Amino acid sequence: MSGASVRKEIRIHRRAAEVWDRIADPGVIQDWFPGIVSSTVDGTTRVITLGSGIAMPEEIITQDPVLRRFQYRITVGVFRNHLGTIDVIDLHDETCLVVYSTDADPRTMALVIGAATAEALVELRDQMESTAEIPTQVKGS
Amino acid sequence: MGRKVLLVTTDQQRYDTLGCNGGALARTPVVDALASAGIRYERAHPQSVVCMPSRSTIVTGQYPSTHGVWMNGVPLPADAPSVAAVLQRVGYRTALVGKAHFEPFLDPFARFPENSLAGSGQETILEPWADGTIGPHRGFEHLEFATHGAAGPLHYARWLVEHHPEAVGMYYAPLDGSLEVNAAGGGDTAAPQVKHNPIPRDWYHTDWVADRTIAWLDSLDADADWFCWMSFPDPHHPWDPPASEMHRIDWRDVPLPAAYPESAADRERILDAKPRHWRQWYDGTLVSNYEAPKDWVPATLTADQVREVNARNAIECELIDEALGRVLGHVAARGWDADTDVVFTTDHGELQGDLGLLFKGPYHVDGLMRLPLIWRPAPSANVAPAVVSAPVGLVDLAPTFCAIAGVDAPAWMEGSALPADDADADARGFERVLTEWDSELFGVGVHLRTITRDGWVCTTYAPGTVHDGTEGELYRLDDDPHQFENRWDDPSLRHLRDDLLVDLRANQPAPRSPQLAVEAPV
Repeated sequence: MSGASVRKEIRIHRRAAEVWDRIADPGVIQDWFPGIVSSTVDGTTRVITLGSGIAMPEEIITQDPVLRRFQYRITVGVFRNHLGTIDVIDLHDETCLVVYSTDADPRTMALVIGAATAEALVELRDQMESTAEIPTQVKGS
Repeated sequence: MGRKVLLVTTDQQRYDTLGCNGGALARTPVVDALASAGIRYERAHPQSVVCMPSRSTIVTGQYPSTHGVWMNGVPLPADAPSVAAVLQRVGYRTALVGKAHFEPFLDPFARFPENSLAGSGQETILEPWADGTIGPHRGFEHLEFATHGAAGPLHYARWLVEHHPEAVGMYYAPLDGSLEVNAAGGGDTAAPQVKHNPIPRDWYHTDWVADRTIAWLDSLDADADWFCWMSFPDPHHPWDPPASEMHRIDWRDVPLPAAYPESAADRERILDAKPRHWRQWYDGTLVSNYEAPKDWVPATLTADQVREVNARNAIECELIDEALGRVLGHVAARGWDADTDVVFTTDHGELQGDLGLLFKGPYHVDGLMRLPLIWRPAPSANVAPAVVSAPVGLVDLAPTFCAIAGVDAPAWMEGSALPADDADADARGFERVLTEWDSELFGVGVHLRTITRDGWVCTTYAPGTVHDGTEGELYRLDDDPHQFENRWDDPSLRHLRDDLLVDLRANQPAPRSPQLAVEAPV
């Protein structure tokens, strides 16, 4: 087995629909994912540029607003296989759980990308929770 | 004007690779002269036998359990305490030139300053320090990085690409296409991590580190006090020194290490008396850590491959010695020699053929734990030359630098300033040295705690993937210098073993909580 799977998650005190709107826009990932400095989107192809200068083409394969699932596949270079999955799960208390899964072969890249997604989730939460009033019923929870 | 400090580290260098420590292969007259004029430590151990935790111990003066870098791939927090910050605060000019590795190398997102600095055009960046103030990154006002070879975003790689692009492909690739440690063989014997490297010597990273150190020293005023960490990436694998230097040692003439039984049956018998991951790694059924090539089976290592690896390693040690000689000559030319302390050491050892093994991992024996450590105090301090047999650790370096600079060691440092001789060691309680290992990667977990005291080395295992928590190792160092005979289960030594374990548990710092995350394999 040469691949690995990494899962990171975070609870965000914002409505699932609002968080989904942010994640579902593939062209703004650089705004909430530290280490990605730019992106361009053309149809189902997104090319991200990393902080190291590496350009990485991706294929967007799922953008499901009902399930609130975004999936993409890195299609270049060292990857024999890759699947990135971001799920926004409504916790029905005006908060949501965001789960960011990375399946990759080689396994080393799953670890490296997974660690970056953990930082991205923290950034996403911080941005989402600072950009609008937090619903009254979840304050302090 | 006070005493200056030149900290010289190598990477993965064994104790017995220096002439002053009895090594007969590499010629190391510069370090040998420092030892003659200064203090040579015969039992210096790292607090971890891999790079990132060990280097973090050097800079923080803390055990891995405390600073939190519990395995390779865990970055040392930017606001971790740093001896360089302590010295910079009292007016020292500070630099680190060469291999840092407090932060992961495998970092395509460039999330860590070590990987983004070279492209920024800055000498350092400002970061929060442990005391809440803002200062240069880890206290170093000048940073220039290098590692093994020419790949990646560090200063040396960029320099090579800019000035000698034809040389970039000359180095061995430390990682393979899957970003695992490369198992590909080369040289005359197809030994792993060996390659013919036609790079001219003065383009090689050892000389680059010395050149850049000299350039930084040249930038200082004559009356400056300074702390310079010159950190050579060699003799860590890959073993690909410049081809022009290969004439120095013919590998065919290299004797096999004393800890390499030529008979496979003898090797296997010794390994079978140790906790089971030793033999499993040898047989290729378990690679317990990232630092050894996943696709290499130690049982395939031949005697000639051991000879070739050791010859190449020795050549790299000679190049380091000569580079250090150039830097020391420059220090003298600036008129600083009398006031400069030189500390020479490494972060951990290398198995280098012991028991038919190469590289490193969760194996707490002398090949990995017994380190070269030389302290040549500034001649103006009038410290008598000595040999210290008492156990000391890399955790003691940071307080030593504070003592040299005349500042109190902060309370967060967990070691003590190195003893000047055995009487000093005895008076100040240098009785034991501790080494720890933790790794959890790709489904394999290994956890060791080791105490070295009274001529014994005792290792206990916590439950892990192939250990149930009852395993251990116990060796007497004077009559078993290669740790061939594991006496953990010897009933006559049960009391001694229990006493060592009680002492270990009484002195081992508790692990940092919450545990820091693994961000990369290395």
